[in-house]
Amino acid sequence: MRRVAIAGIGYTKIGELWERSLRDLFVEAALKAMDDAGVDKVEALYVGNMMSGSLQEQEHLGALLASHIGRPGIMATKVEAACASGGMSLHQAYLAVASGLYDMVIAGGVEKMTDKLTPDVTLSLAMADDREYVVYSGATFVGLNALIYRYYMHKFDVKQEDIASFAVYMHENACNTPYAQYRNPIKLEDILRSPFIADPIHLLECAPISDGAAALVITTLDRAKKLTDTPVEIIASSAATDYLSIHERDDILTLRATVVASKEAYGQAKLEPKDIDLLEVHDAFTILGVLALEDLGFAKKGEGYLLVREGEIARDGKIPVNTMGGLKARGHPVGATGIFQVIDATLQLRGEAGKNQISKAETALLQSTGGVGGTVVIHILKRRD
Amino acid sequence: MSVPRYWRGIKYHYRLIGSECLSCGKRYYPPRKVCPICHSRNLRDVKLPERGKVLTFTVIRVPPRGYEKYAPYVIAIVELIDGTRVLAQLTDIEPEEVNIGIEVEAVLRKICENGEEGIIQYGIKFRPVFT
Repeated sequence: MRRVAIAGIGYTKIGELWERSLRDLFVEAALKAMDDAGVDKVEALYVGNMMSGSLQEQEHLGALLASHIGRPGIMATKVEAACASGGMSLHQAYLAVASGLYDMVIAGGVEKMTDKLTPDVTLSLAMADDREYVVYSGATFVGLNALIYRYYMHKFDVKQEDIASFAVYMHENACNTPYAQYRNPIKLEDILRSPFIADPIHLLECAPISDGAAALVITTLDRAKKLTDTPVEIIASSAATDYLSIHERDDILTLRATVVASKEAYGQAKLEPKDIDLLEVHDAFTILGVLALEDLGFAKKGEGYLLVREGEIARDGKIPVNTMGGLKARGHPVGATGIFQVIDATLQLRGEAGKNQISKAETALLQSTGGVGGTVVIHILKRRD
Repeated sequence: MSVPRYWRGIKYHYRLIGSECLSCGKRYYPPRKVCPICHSRNLRDVKLPERGKVLTFTVIRVPPRGYEKYAPYVIAIVELIDGTRVLAQLTDIEPEEVNIGIEVEAVLRKICENGEEGIIQYGIKFRPVFT
């Protein structure tokens, strides 16, 4: 296995981008990544995307987007693992370069969610779970997370404010993120006053419906060192699955795929949680942020909310989390989200995070979650000067 | 949902039929062919008990396409008396009356319609047990 690194990054703004199509977004991100790396030739393209089939009635994104970035002929494919599509796209690119098959590839992601109305997007997102036996009942994706949320508060006797305030930190961080969807601060009272989407989840605890694309140029560490002064090495890349639906799991408060994939990643990197300087977790809903802190080994089960309550997830806290605003405020263009996590972390590791720059940023761990933890992809990144 | 896809699931949706592993005894809903616990392929259909209690629940206020006219409605994970868990809607109860731990029983109800010409879908919901 060869050592693999990120040589270039490119991304669009995230938001409701009414004037821009899926292909517009992806082309912008991919070309910026190639320019950032200073490369003209790539051999393969991985496109993380979940819902182009149902939202754009467009599949075969690999060939479509390879030709639109001006490189028809290269190996190209869509990678789908629900909301973990972006993380899984990078995992595939990592394997391709580590194996020696390709030297220069793009790992990207894109989602264009505002082409359909909310009920359609709600149904499309719910396709992350079992269509015939769970979505059939009328359950939504927010609703499935709400089942976990209520049970968590019940079992560990936790107040909602100690979970909901996760979103306050996300908005605070996103204020300084130029590409974020929501650059406004919010207060805990605003969250708790916002309407329920699926009780107990309030509107302001949910990641938004977003358009956006992001891309990375992935190559060997040796090549990356020649291309850039700030290569970021991928020192671990792992993925795991779980029962798709939460009612099939013995413990609905543990995302077992996070536990399994992170254990594998810590092993690959020969690191422990205490060695990680910053986290990017998949906070599609506030409760998922809290569960991630526990399942990644930063808090005991049932105590993740304490890190939120005590401010330890802030940029100057014990373990800075989602320093550019997370899914909640930076935005959640589903198939691109796992790649945006890499963008956020890479800016920190390169020292290019502007006002959000944290003092010690050498090692970052990223969690990309599909569905309610049916798939989890973990990456650990390290700065190499 | 298309007619053949709906028709294939009728037994499981109308009668609460799951699977039981003949090697380790674990039960599943929905049914499956391979036991994830012991990897046995020796599973059979089993009628699951119709009573259980609510493990956790939510109120769906922003429904998916096709379910708009029913919102708000309650979705729960029900733990049946044999320990098998099922995810389904609650019925015959207002959202504010639901609590974790309430006893419920399975009933066959309409789930949704597929437009004016499509199939009307039925399935299991759970209602409170009156004692």
